[in-house]
Amino acid sequence: MAQTKTAKEPFVHVIRKEDTPMLKKWLIRIFAVVAALIVTGVLVFAVTGINPFKIYSSMITGSFGTPRRIRNTIKLMTPLLCLGIGLAPAFKMKFWNIGAQGQMLVGALAASFVALTFRHLPGGLLIPLMGLAGLLAGAIWGVIPAIFRAFWNTNETLFTLMMNYIATFAVMYSVDKWKGESSGFASFKQIAKNAVMPAVLNENFYICTAIVLLLVCLMYIYMKRTKHGYEIAVVGESEKTAVYAGINVKAVMIRTILLSGAVCGLCGFLTVSGIDFTLSSTMNNGFGFTAIVVAWLAKFNPFTMIGTSFMMVFFQNAASEISSMNANATEYLSYVISGIILFFLIGSEFFINYRLVFRKNHEKEGK
Amino acid sequence: MGIIWNADSMLGWIVMAVNFGSVILYGAMGEILTEKAGHLNLGVPGIMLCGGISGFASTFLYEQSTENPSKFVMLLLGLVSSVVAATLAGLIYAFLTITLKANQNVTGITLTTFGAGLAKHFGSVISAKSGSTAIRSAVADDVFNAKIPFLSTDLGVVGKLLFNYGFLVYLAVILAVLLQLFFYRTHQGLNLRAIGENPGTADAMGINVTRYKYSAILAGSAISGIGGFLYLVINNVQWSTALDIEGMGWLAVALVIFATWKPVNAIWGGYLFGFLSKAGAYAPTFITGITISQNIWSMTPYIVTIVVLIAVSFRMKKESRPPAALGTAYFREDR
Repeated sequence: MAQTKTAKEPFVHVIRKEDTPMLKKWLIRIFAVVAALIVTGVLVFAVTGINPFKIYSSMITGSFGTPRRIRNTIKLMTPLLCLGIGLAPAFKMKFWNIGAQGQMLVGALAASFVALTFRHLPGGLLIPLMGLAGLLAGAIWGVIPAIFRAFWNTNETLFTLMMNYIATFAVMYSVDKWKGESSGFASFKQIAKNAVMPAVLNENFYICTAIVLLLVCLMYIYMKRTKHGYEIAVVGESEKTAVYAGINVKAVMIRTILLSGAVCGLCGFLTVSGIDFTLSSTMNNGFGFTAIVVAWLAKFNPFTMIGTSFMMVFFQNAASEISSMNANATEYLSYVISGIILFFLIGSEFFINYRLVFRKNHEKEGK
Repeated sequence: MGIIWNADSMLGWIVMAVNFGSVILYGAMGEILTEKAGHLNLGVPGIMLCGGISGFASTFLYEQSTENPSKFVMLLLGLVSSVVAATLAGLIYAFLTITLKANQNVTGITLTTFGAGLAKHFGSVISAKSGSTAIRSAVADDVFNAKIPFLSTDLGVVGKLLFNYGFLVYLAVILAVLLQLFFYRTHQGLNLRAIGENPGTADAMGINVTRYKYSAILAGSAISGIGGFLYLVINNVQWSTALDIEGMGWLAVALVIFATWKPVNAIWGGYLFGFLSKAGAYAPTFITGITISQNIWSMTPYIVTIVVLIAVSFRMKKESRPPAALGTAYFREDR
């Protein structure tokens, strides 16, 4: 850019950079996390009076302190990672599917309905049937906004957001109806034993984890190595380019969101069958929203999402550990802590994608 | 199935609808201002929570610390602290999405999680300190729920229907009208709308895009914050973790669409949303022979919002559509 010497030349201006080396990218991110941890430590100390170093060490023990905690970390990561995988192709296409929460809930609802209706079927038949129901329900819930987006350009962010709340109330309504006289929805372990995922090494959720890890690999291959994946990337870059290249944008959009919704619906099925064994509108404590962050931080790469979903669970565990330390600490601090760390990570992307250029011919000669 | 008319119950329902509708209206007005600048702020529920807890904490702690709390100080404290906290929360969003060009959806959702955590944390700590789960500021209740004398009591049904609210409810209507005039009758309003439609063109016209965006988002957050505090006011300035400010915040995001980005439409839209969200408690006195669950009623605002969203995208009328640049970061060199 020409250096016109006018009085109004800004002190600093911003230019885009495309070629940040991998090492530098990670250094920036690590720096962001460290800065966030310092801020968190100071803040938590100011609010609760807990020694910051005790806070940091509790972060480690919260996730790894005992074998049970390690198992619990994996158990929490499983649905979160699954939802992140579901969102990846949609986000890659720049289709802002904020509806993972709703797609997961209807998936869980459909799976539970099948479980209760056909509770006498053998598990080998019932569980796949539940999975199928979850997949279909999630896909349908996702494709409704996608159809309107594809044909009438209806804003998908707002549409999918609204669908979440309809799903939440639908689940609350069904739980109310199905629980009958009892105070809550009973565990499938009591009312539909055949719907419970078989235990491996004494834990029912290990099969779910294995399924999700398989999905990670499949989604990676789908997005990086297939024609479909290529089309998604082109549509995401520019819909106009995609049209010139002869890609049927509407078809790609609908196909991709069917897949995205189906994976989120599958997560609902995995949760009711192998993790919670029950249906609840608050299942997976709002992971449908957390997954948006997981997918975005990982730049939609399924393998990187293993890391980002671990990070989210790690901070959640840390905070529940801190919350039991004294009367000034509460369970809600976990949201504050992960919020601060995410703000820093979100902000750090700027320094990866842009470069600051300071004004020349100034006392502070910079580059 | 039959329908019974019960005037008293209907009056109670409408008063409830207007009160809760005003909370949603404040949230929506803030979000309209933000979206007109081209920014979709999904952090509104979090901002409302921050405003709510800050207004509550300051009035409650003031009442606890003074023998004779002044009503005027109470009024100032409640409003100023909710506005300041909400603006600070908005500043996080504004800095990340405008200056650092971060993804708006991700930033907004994080802000909601953060704000909700902050509000609930401080709420529980204050509750635990005062040894009670239901803590309340009685003086703030008196101040903010003061009704218009004579008009609210001596005019029968009309008085109860029209003059039976705290002043923040009337302020919401005035603010909505002013906001509408600002968007469509002032030069600055036109500039702001231009930025929301096409920031590149607005920039070329010599409009300071960054300054407008910051102003709109911060002012919008402040307005939403008052909504969070109003939610506490209509609950007699009593804090409990059961309060659902977050739910009101999401309804506010929905109301923006329902009102097709026009503050004046949001007035009656807000009352309608309030009416529907309280239907579970009141409708059974009117409808016999069939019970409709609260959960079904709670769904309805979202369903009508989707219908409006679809209808708006079918119609070619441009002024009813979302701002064209909504959700995208503006980078000058990308023009």
